[in-house]
Amino acid sequence: MRVSFFITCLGDIFYANAGKSAVELLERLGCEVDFPPTQTCCGQPAYNSGYHKETLEVAKHMVEVFEHADYVVGISGSCVYMIHEYVHLFEDGSNWQKRAKALKRKTYELTQFIVDVLGIEDVGASYHGTATYHTSCHMTRLLGVKEAPFRLLENVKGLRLIDLPNRNDCCGFGGTFSVKMASISEQMVDEKVQHIEETEADLLLGADGSCLMNIGGRITRQGKPIEVKHIAEILNSRGEE
Amino acid sequence: MPMHIGEKDFRKRVSKGISDDYMRGAVRSAQERLQNRRAAAAEELGDWEEWRTLGQQIRSHTIEHLDYYLHQLSDKVAELGGHVFFAETGEEANEYIKQVIQKKNAKKIAKSKSMVTEEISMNAALEEIGCEVIETDLGEYILQIDDHDPPSHIVAPALHKNKEQIRDVFKERLNYKKTEHPEELALFAREKLREEFLAADVGITGCNFAVAESGSFALVTNEGNARMVTALPNTQITVMGMERIVPGWEELDIVVSLLTRAAVGQKLTSYITALTGPKQAEEADGPEEFHLVIVDNGRSKILGTEFQEALHCIRCAACINVCPVYRHVGGHAYGSIYPGPIGAVLSPLLSDYDEYKELPYASSLCGACTEVCPVKIPLHEQLIMHRRKIVEDEKKSTLAERVAMRGFEQIVHSANLYRTATKMAPFLTTPFAKNNRITKGPGPLRNWTDIRDLPQPANERFRDWFKKRNKQGGAI
Repeated sequence: MRVSFFITCLGDIFYANAGKSAVELLERLGCEVDFPPTQTCCGQPAYNSGYHKETLEVAKHMVEVFEHADYVVGISGSCVYMIHEYVHLFEDGSNWQKRAKALKRKTYELTQFIVDVLGIEDVGASYHGTATYHTSCHMTRLLGVKEAPFRLLENVKGLRLIDLPNRNDCCGFGGTFSVKMASISEQMVDEKVQHIEETEADLLLGADGSCLMNIGGRITRQGKPIEVKHIAEILNSRGEE
Repeated sequence: MPMHIGEKDFRKRVSKGISDDYMRGAVRSAQERLQNRRAAAAEELGDWEEWRTLGQQIRSHTIEHLDYYLHQLSDKVAELGGHVFFAETGEEANEYIKQVIQKKNAKKIAKSKSMVTEEISMNAALEEIGCEVIETDLGEYILQIDDHDPPSHIVAPALHKNKEQIRDVFKERLNYKKTEHPEELALFAREKLREEFLAADVGITGCNFAVAESGSFALVTNEGNARMVTALPNTQITVMGMERIVPGWEELDIVVSLLTRAAVGQKLTSYITALTGPKQAEEADGPEEFHLVIVDNGRSKILGTEFQEALHCIRCAACINVCPVYRHVGGHAYGSIYPGPIGAVLSPLLSDYDEYKELPYASSLCGACTEVCPVKIPLHEQLIMHRRKIVEDEKKSTLAERVAMRGFEQIVHSANLYRTATKMAPFLTTPFAKNNRITKGPGPLRNWTDIRDLPQPANERFRDWFKKRNKQGGAI
């Protein structure tokens, strides 16, 4: 199966390890992975800020970048959802909208792709440790991927997964919200970190780099001994601590 | 603007909310309780999603044909001998209500809970002409005697107060001598209010839903106060926002079920009162004179716009009860009698962006509101639409943001510029980084790093790794 990998801008700049793990994992599961190098950002920062003319240009670029792909697999539920949203940016019935619909049909978040398309729930990973998983809002509520990450994590040998209390609460990232409404965002991320601490897990996992950057940044600022990793890194581990 | 509450400056209101530990404790526990009860009530119904779809269809159909149903309603009310007044503005509504009251030489008004009368500041208007308006909903009563503290929630207006604070208000203002036990507090208020009901000249109610086919209107309460307000005074005035209407009784059944479950997790509330016109010849009770005031106050300008769905709202507050922003800042921070996600959507529409320009941004767009709305209003999407309007139509975004977004577009829609920019990122940030973390970012990064660390961009981007790996012969 041929997969075009969508790294996302944050992944490209900050979370190369998550990307590497995802690529190796997909290959291990039998996919042939390519990386269209002209890909950029999904445009969500502009879209959510109300700059829809600007987003439209970004959307056109990304539609063209991935047009050749059989499948597009991204490592962020939120960015994948943004690609799905392109359909609503274009005029109804337009050729661009048709192309955006075609892109939407073949674009998946990593865990969703593994479980729903490849039909695999045990990726053969093993990792010794205690972790809790942050369900990101856009991935669960908007993209509708709720179960896939848990199915995959439950099958990781050696991993003890602890439920995160109030897991449906937003971590307070919200794109520009995190800087525009910094004082509110701070309260939200503090509450999230507090819930993570209650689990006594050593490791926080998530499927969205943006949430992890927010929560992880607060964790290191407070000097808490909790490691933060993208779910791809655990799914690609083969026994190392 | 009448619907405005509190300090003018949004940031000051937010800071005040965040630093109020009592309020935050009260809000947190109320949210948890209401969320759990709502979820249990929805689950018990079994096919909640189908109910939501039905609710959405009813609201959408009604609002699409609002003129038809309002005509039908007013014809019916007139047929029954009631008076109907269409008020284009809050002032017009208040003028009409004042005239009715003055004609009766009425002084004492018993009132049940109503958001639209808060929206138009009706109480203040009536107090100006020397009336005494008594709020009979327990929450509203507490706020009224506490120097007119504004409501912070559309269903539970005194949600920001805990029981100890309520005890203190009663002690200070009404010489209450008992404890903070809710039963004792409620009993005390009940005794006080009973006297007021008996003495009132005019009763004023809000309206949960008017029923167009029969000219009736329904009031949903747990305290039975609305029933007292409609049963005792000889003259009754009902004030409704013009969208609070359903075609018939079958639809009423569905929206009331959605309302009580979504709002408080109850199958039905203790009292659902449905009234049809003034007392008829063959009837034993009811008001001798009945006035229905239908308030537009900015609603008709929402019709036909991308915000029309905001008029579908049935005021259950489920969105408020799940909102994490509301949890931390409280209702007063919104500066509007309509707080939370629905308030952030509605307030700029009923007022304007000058007054409420920050509200559409006071959301992380987490979508919890959209997920629980019993009539499927896409609340977080409506907030994005507000942002689009502020930027593209009103041109009210800051120059710095416009420049940044224009730059963003240029960079991300050109693969070359993007590659250059991401390659430069680690070099540009190196002076600020320590142990691969940036703790004091320059310029716009500061708002981020004031609160959290930023990882330093890696020297080797993902794309560099991928390219190198392919050159070396690809997958190992």
